[in-house]
Amino acid sequence: MSELIVIRSGPAVTVQDGGRPGLLAEGLSRGGAADPDALAEGAALLGQSPDLAALEMAGYGGAFAVTSATRLALTGAPMRADVDGRPVAWNGSHVIGPGQVLTIGGCERGAYGYLHLAGGIATAPVLGSRAAHLVAGIGAAVAAGARLPLGSDSGGHAGMILDVEERFSGGEIRIVHSAQTALFPQAERERFTATEFVRDDRANRMGMRLTMAGAGFSAEGQLSILSEVIVPGDIQVTGDGTPFVLLPECQTTGGYPRIGTVIPADLPRAAQAGPGARLRFRFVGLEEALAAERQHRAVVRSLSQRVRPAIRDPRDIPDLLSYTLIGGMISAQDEEP
Amino acid sequence: MAAQSGGFPMIRTLGLTGLLVSFGDRLSEPANRAALAFRAAVENEAWPGVEETSTSLASVFLRFDPVSVAPADLRHRIAQLLAARDWLAAPLPANRRRWRIPTVYGTDLAPQLHEAAAAAGMSPEDAIAELSRTTVRVLTIGFAPGQPYLGELPPAWDIPRQVALTRRVPEGALVVAIRQFVLFSAATPTGWRHIGQTAFRAFRPESAEPFPLRPGDELIFPAIGREEYEALRAADTTGDGGAERELIG
Repeated sequence: MSELIVIRSGPAVTVQDGGRPGLLAEGLSRGGAADPDALAEGAALLGQSPDLAALEMAGYGGAFAVTSATRLALTGAPMRADVDGRPVAWNGSHVIGPGQVLTIGGCERGAYGYLHLAGGIATAPVLGSRAAHLVAGIGAAVAAGARLPLGSDSGGHAGMILDVEERFSGGEIRIVHSAQTALFPQAERERFTATEFVRDDRANRMGMRLTMAGAGFSAEGQLSILSEVIVPGDIQVTGDGTPFVLLPECQTTGGYPRIGTVIPADLPRAAQAGPGARLRFRFVGLEEALAAERQHRAVVRSLSQRVRPAIRDPRDIPDLLSYTLIGGMISAQDEEP
Repeated sequence: MAAQSGGFPMIRTLGLTGLLVSFGDRLSEPANRAALAFRAAVENEAWPGVEETSTSLASVFLRFDPVSVAPADLRHRIAQLLAARDWLAAPLPANRRRWRIPTVYGTDLAPQLHEAAAAAGMSPEDAIAELSRTTVRVLTIGFAPGQPYLGELPPAWDIPRQVALTRRVPEGALVVAIRQFVLFSAATPTGWRHIGQTAFRAFRPESAEPFPLRPGDELIFPAIGREEYEALRAADTTGDGGAERELIG
């Protein structure tokens, strides 16, 4: 079985897939990739199932090698990446052979980059998923020296690229009502949507803190709210009025009021707002949110049709030759782009 | 039982993909029973598009796919099911268990017993006597995997959470506030006071039964000495930490 060898690793690199939906009643939040769109993009680039596990790299990547020639793809927050010093395209698929080193640096913007391997990362599932859920004590961050087993490659192209919508610099996020939105007076809600927020450095897979210039936000009867169900995307306002956007490893219940919930279509953009990114929120009705959801699903479904060969650049020709040598071992379908 | 506007039961949206059905805005025994029974009824209905349900202390949450079921249709079905019976009079779930989980009260293992007893207006000895003989019920599982909220304790235990958080209590910690216990399933910071320590693991990801406790289960935390605790812990292979369980119907 092929393995991914972790030579160096950033502090928050974890194996992630779609997580564990269905265990909310057991107190376990879904977890899984902070940017599910990036999982779908990597799957499209490699021509494989979006259910396969990839490496999620929060902020910083690492250095990686393989035990046999392997197709891979890079998606999510753009990071500087090279193979043996030769830059490789983000939102692209590539091949590395044994002895080569893939180096992935820090995020240029955004928060979570992804390294996908053909066949997926094939660690043992726990409760139906390979995703690390550090808050729940499932799995652990990937550390230097780790060797992660890979599934078998069903075959496909490399040297492909995908144009993706820019979602790594904050911007406008659409929200709908949460169970406690009505506890925030209308004037507070209006002030919330008129405020420009900055994504704070304090963020992890549980949630991200937002800062703003004005006073904190408050709900009526805030201290006596019964602990209630939380879903990822909820914007929780803590006792001092600071909003937090809750992410896949959030707790499943909580007593702080939620002013709104990010719509699923915009949650990747919210999660991918890197440190210092500016965010604004806009309330939309359920009809508009539903239309956005349909459109988002259509975009995700169209990903595999939008994958295209990288345009040949004369500077890449020596590398293309080496790629063809290795690629030929992977799959007869691989052709020079 | 009609869903009145502004009254209970109340149906609210929780994001695009969630509906929350609440039987009260504070914890009560009937509201908790209603939530457990209504969730079971919703599960039994197996409505298309409903992907997951859960309960909190007094509410039922439904997660659904808004593309395959219109939110307004689902709301209508919920309202009809709410009207079908008096959920506040619903019985407790079937197949409940009673657990006896040996517990060390106080000592350096659970250093806030004295402080909590003082807040409840009793001596540490009386606190142990009362807490170790009170049967509590799993009101809901939540916050962290497998983690039970347990109640209700006698009125003296309506003590507030601490203002400052305790930096870390270990897995198996029994903490108290607002007439409830929580039995922590993982090491965590908390505002609740740490009065007992068990060797019980409420989340066992590697086990065939990863979430041993269920809403409606009854729990008693009999007092044991430190030596007995250490022995139970050393001998434990299942995560039960010396707990006994029996079916109570």
